Amino acid sequence: MAAPLALVLVVAVTVRAALFRSSLAEFISERVEVVSPLSSWKRVVEGLSLLDLGVSPYSGAVFHETPLIIYLFHFLIDYAELVFMITDALTAIALYFAIQDFNKVVFKKQKLLLELDQYAPDVAELIRTPMEMRYIPLKVALFYLLNPYTILSCVAKSTCAINNTLIAFFILTTIKAAVHTCENEEQGLLDLFLGVCHDVCGKPSGNRLPLLLPSQLLGFHPRSLWLYCWVSPDFKLSCAVKEGLSVPDLTPNIGLFWYFFAEMFEHFSLFFVCVFQINVFFYTIPLAIKLKEHPIFFMFIQIAIIAIFKSYPTVGDVALYMAFFPVWNHLYRFLRNIFVLTCIIIVCSLLFPVLWHLWIYAGSANSNFFYAITLTFNVGQILLISDYFYAFLRREYYLTHGLYLTAKDGTEAMLVLK
Amino acid sequence: MGLLSDPVRRRALARLVLRLNAPLWALPVAWLERTMRSVGLEVYTQSFSRKLPFPDETHERYMVSGTNVYGILRAPRAASTESLVLTVPCGSDSTNSQAVGLLLALAAHFRGQIYWAKDIIFLVTEHDLLGTEAWLEAYHDVNVTGMQSSPLQGRAGAIQAAVALELSSDVVTSLDVAVEGLNGQLPNLDLLNLFQTFCQKGGLLCTLQGKLQPQDWTSLDGPLQGLQTLLLMVLRQASGRPHGSHGLFLRYRVEALTLRGINSFRQYKYDLVAVGKALEGMFRKLNHLLERLHQSFFLYLLPALSRFVSIGLYMPAAGFLLLVLGLKALELWMQLHEAEVGLEEPGGAPGPSVPLPPSQGVGLASLVAPLLISQAMGLALYVLPVLGQHVATQHFPVAEAEAVVLTLLAIYAAGLALPHNTHRPLSCRVVSTQAPDRGWMALKLVALIYLALQLGCIALTNFSLGFLLATTMVPAAALAKPHGPRTLYAALLVLTSPAATLLGSLFLWRELQEAPLSLAEGWQLFLAALAQGVLEHHTYGALLFPLLSLGLYPCWLLFWNVLFWK
Repeated sequence: MAAPLALVLVVAVTVRAALFRSSLAEFISERVEVVSPLSSWKRVVEGLSLLDLGVSPYSGAVFHETPLIIYLFHFLIDYAELVFMITDALTAIALYFAIQDFNKVVFKKQKLLLELDQYAPDVAELIRTPMEMRYIPLKVALFYLLNPYTILSCVAKSTCAINNTLIAFFILTTIKAAVHTCENEEQGLLDLFLGVCHDVCGKPSGNRLPLLLPSQLLGFHPRSLWLYCWVSPDFKLSCAVKEGLSVPDLTPNIGLFWYFFAEMFEHFSLFFVCVFQINVFFYTIPLAIKLKEHPIFFMFIQIAIIAIFKSYPTVGDVALYMAFFPVWNHLYRFLRNIFVLTCIIIVCSLLFPVLWHLWIYAGSANSNFFYAITLTFNVGQILLISDYFYAFLRREYYLTHGLYLTAKDGTEAMLVLK
Repeated sequence: MGLLSDPVRRRALARLVLRLNAPLWALPVAWLERTMRSVGLEVYTQSFSRKLPFPDETHERYMVSGTNVYGILRAPRAASTESLVLTVPCGSDSTNSQAVGLLLALAAHFRGQIYWAKDIIFLVTEHDLLGTEAWLEAYHDVNVTGMQSSPLQGRAGAIQAAVALELSSDVVTSLDVAVEGLNGQLPNLDLLNLFQTFCQKGGLLCTLQGKLQPQDWTSLDGPLQGLQTLLLMVLRQASGRPHGSHGLFLRYRVEALTLRGINSFRQYKYDLVAVGKALEGMFRKLNHLLERLHQSFFLYLLPALSRFVSIGLYMPAAGFLLLVLGLKALELWMQLHEAEVGLEEPGGAPGPSVPLPPSQGVGLASLVAPLLISQAMGLALYVLPVLGQHVATQHFPVAEAEAVVLTLLAIYAAGLALPHNTHRPLSCRVVSTQAPDRGWMALKLVALIYLALQLGCIALTNFSLGFLLATTMVPAAALAKPHGPRTLYAALLVLTSPAATLLGSLFLWRELQEAPLSLAEGWQLFLAALAQGVLEHHTYGALLFPLLSLGLYPCWLLFWNVLFWK
């Protein structure tokens, strides 16, 4: 499997290198859909030059990244393009190995449940075979690397790519830890790694703390919490977290926050900030209760919810959870609205730049048009995630209760979500 | 017979004349500077030069260099933060010299008034639109089109509005107004209302699209004439050309109009005093503006000078056309889905021994090749004609402009020959025994969505172009399928291809202007229009050529592919 993966990596790097050299790189790095105030490369350069001048980068309202980014780019600023291409490649490799291990776990669990006779007798076509699961890790890497969203984020040098790498490694270590739970000497190393991950993950947006919960479910001790407090200098990180949580910068992006807060009175803004930010954290507990036996699916839904409801989303966040779609290929037959939702997402992605042009350059539209497309895009994403969730639950139900459901009087029954 | 009958000699002579780069008529820069200075303006000049991608045969220029002259009338008591522009584009002959005279007279008159709150810039450009583009780029400090221009020495603040003037003689019978700008952008309707008000006040006859206002709207004649005017405006907006200097101002969010003085066979003629009075009135009104013009509509269609159709009324039409594509795509999806469900039932019992991948798997893998090939053809259509003109002129006895146009047509026609080669190696991989239709249905689904997306995006930015292409391409696209009367569908598809739409709209345009074309003239005009389209893309950034070649032509090729699916 290494050769196809290497080929995919080569193609991806070629596409990114070609775009870096073309005149589009400048244009892409200014698009609001691809960079946000938290992940823009220009702000990183600004912070670095402030540091060179001896001023704290956090003293202005421009730089909102974690200290890790400064430390990383202080030495690598000349090779920035290479760094971003390598981070994309690392993300893809991490996801590849994570999904490979995950597939093994899934297959083992399925065999166990079959032997324990937990499945209904007529669900033969729902059982997954190793043959159909063989190409899934490669497809995941392909989906991530050749997704136009990822390519755009990479060419724009948005630090969202680094974010994605750390989340991918977090997922990889979580899965590997779950697989090798009894091996103690790995525990310490993985804890350390996870602590560093949490540091950057629980980062400017402050919104990634919910990712801790799935790792708890796998029996993973968060000794990392003390590492969290140790690695991050307290006042700097609190600045960055405050920025993400209080949303002072209202540059338009593909999220839901900017329009509301642009037209809101000061008096009410604190209340509405709390209401909006609760949305990110709120779904963790109910989902954890429902999906306690399927932590990776829970992680997928959680990443998607974070990508939709965070204060400054970009298309790079969307690309990360889209990479997981091949893993749930077997749910395809239960998805009800996949055609309409795919059309909505593609149409909205193309209409973003058109309506931005009409608003800012031609002057014949206004912010309402752009926000309408933002709303449609987010509604499409939410419907897509709930479609996958429902399909997952349906499949679980069919597995245990049989594919052809009959009501009490013998007629065919329909499964309805209550 | 003679020197020019031999194509080789003709080509050599044309090359010689162009390479000499000897201007046949040049702007009298020194005289203009002196006169403007004597009127009391601050005078500056700007030189510019540009090498066109290939020789322009309509305007007979290739390596263009010229000088713009502009004088700024500073407002006596204001801070020079805003300005208005009166521009006179001078071409390569002296057809606009009357307008220069009017400009200088107006400058002298305005100089004596005390009520100006904005600066007024009197701009005389050489090589008409090229000079205007050079001036605008230097004024706004951008470089969009690769023009080499010297920086401007004098500026006057943000431009609020501009009026371009073209007069061919010293008496006019009517004033024609042009509103359509580059890429179909329109000025604010307020500016047009302003012009119409002052024409009515001064008793000037004003026309739109060369047609007078219909007087009675109750009988059939009025609405019919209004419909003709509307169609003319749709065709001009769809072409995306800047029909006058004003078209280039619109890109920088400066509301602008072009006024053309027409001298036709009418009894009552107006002299330049009347035109000057109307212009003075317009400038005084624009002087009063506190904000940029934004109150009225930006997107409208005009059946007459005093009537307009707002976007809320005409956008649903385009929406319904695109809905047809959407519904057709949905129907194909349902058919593909049913075919897949029908296939699974007999194969369900023995287990997944023949692993039927979901329909997206089969569809996506086999669709990549036709998509890539049609996009590659589109890219070739966009890039090759200009790149390959020198190679073509070496091997064939044609001039460069002809080479570009003929290469365009050759690549376009070559695309038609493709479909028999793209999917033959693919058809063996598709599950063809049980569902032979799945291949072309998946391709048609993708093509329908692609077409709907493109037409939607185009309709949002340039409604007329989107609507025109939708009315021609949507029926043919929805009907295309390999079964049924293939020659009929093929003829329909060819007749509605982008190039045929361009040809048809040229004929329609001249028909509406009551100057119908014969077939030979129409073909010549078509070739000239192709050359102009490519040139305008390179010189002004007009988007018609890239949209048609990189967007709609590959999409149309996909439907051609579907039609000839084996």
